[in-house]
Amino acid sequence: MYETSYHRAGSVADAAALMAKAEDGKFLSGGQTLIPTMKQRLAAPSDLVDLMGIAEMTGISDEGSAIKIGAATTHHEVATSPVVSEGIPGLASLAAGIGDPAVRHMGTLGGSISNNDPAADYPAALVALGATVTTSKRSLSADEFFVGMFETALEEDEIVTSVSFPKPSQSAYAKYPNPASRYAMAGVFVAKMSGGDVRVAVTGAGQDGVFRVAEMETALSSNWSAEAVAGVSVDAGDLLADIHGSAEYRANLVTVMAKRAVAAAG
Amino acid sequence: MTTVSMTLNGKKVSAPVEDRTLLVHYIREAQGLTGTHVGCDTSQCGACVVHVNGKAVKSCTMLAVQAGDADVTTVEGLANGAELHPVQAAFREHHGLQCGFCTPGMIMTAVDMIERHGASLDEKTVRHELEGNICRCTGYQNIVKAILAASDQMAAMKTAAE
Repeated sequence: MYETSYHRAGSVADAAALMAKAEDGKFLSGGQTLIPTMKQRLAAPSDLVDLMGIAEMTGISDEGSAIKIGAATTHHEVATSPVVSEGIPGLASLAAGIGDPAVRHMGTLGGSISNNDPAADYPAALVALGATVTTSKRSLSADEFFVGMFETALEEDEIVTSVSFPKPSQSAYAKYPNPASRYAMAGVFVAKMSGGDVRVAVTGAGQDGVFRVAEMETALSSNWSAEAVAGVSVDAGDLLADIHGSAEYRANLVTVMAKRAVAAAG
Repeated sequence: MTTVSMTLNGKKVSAPVEDRTLLVHYIREAQGLTGTHVGCDTSQCGACVVHVNGKAVKSCTMLAVQAGDADVTTVEGLANGAELHPVQAAFREHHGLQCGFCTPGMIMTAVDMIERHGASLDEKTVRHELEGNICRCTGYQNIVKAILAASDQMAAMKTAAE
């Protein structure tokens, strides 16, 4: 790892001020992607501004029709929160399946979505549930927030502070993890909102990161069952192909994961 | 350089280190506790698992400065003098190791999962929770057996204490 200077921020304003002074700084949350990337010298920030000590960025609160989760909340906290398990069971089970226990103890919601790894789990939940991302500067819909592979709408000095997830009437997430890395080869989050609106979001498979499958949403709107999506396939032309699997293989996985997710949602 | 202070295995320690120093190197090199191992360079193997403020984390994927003022426990901090921790004793009893390199991380992960799940721990959960710890010798059978045995024994000890 190249040399770096560490700073612990006490508030969102403090973090922004520390970043403004840094030559080439990066925000540090749980660090489960950033630290390994720095170890491999693929990133070399001059300064790290640690967000984990910021009280206003932590906690999970039930806001009636939605659940608000602070950006510095760990995957473990989301997975074991009674508020999340009761209100959005699909989100709790998604968090419980990220990485491994040690990663879940450190990794955070805000860190994960700000990095926007095309194989990360959280983007699927945000897009399928129509979540709202609140940053140090504004509020964005999940559709606006995720721009492309490792790309978000965030500006250099902008910090995700919380995410608000509307409570669905039914939701579930199914993923096919890569057996070595545990990252999703394909992960599908299905959500049926209380108004009847259905959304299906796919992670792990798209060349530009998370995406929605309109045809599956239409099929599930009239018939909420695994059979409804069994005949719907996504175009392999837009999917990732690498040593772990071809685009056609991933396209098949998307349909299988969608069926499993709907079955799990009940 | 930053002076990093923490409570390590119940003892207050302090050492000046570069900000880029990983927690595992702080533990091994600045504090001389070499029970915590480095097995991979990619945060996957879990040989470096320690507890920070009571939670199992990979000490190779955290800077020492991030653990400043924290309460850190390594495998050296488990035994009570000459008396092994029940998880350590179970690994010996059930032969939960061959070469032993992954063992410190396995044991720290096991202690954490038993504390979180209590008596409800079953084989499926143990195997799922071991996803972040790699052993290339045992095929995991005896590790799982040791963790389940230790979990039963710790539950019994807890009941006896109540």
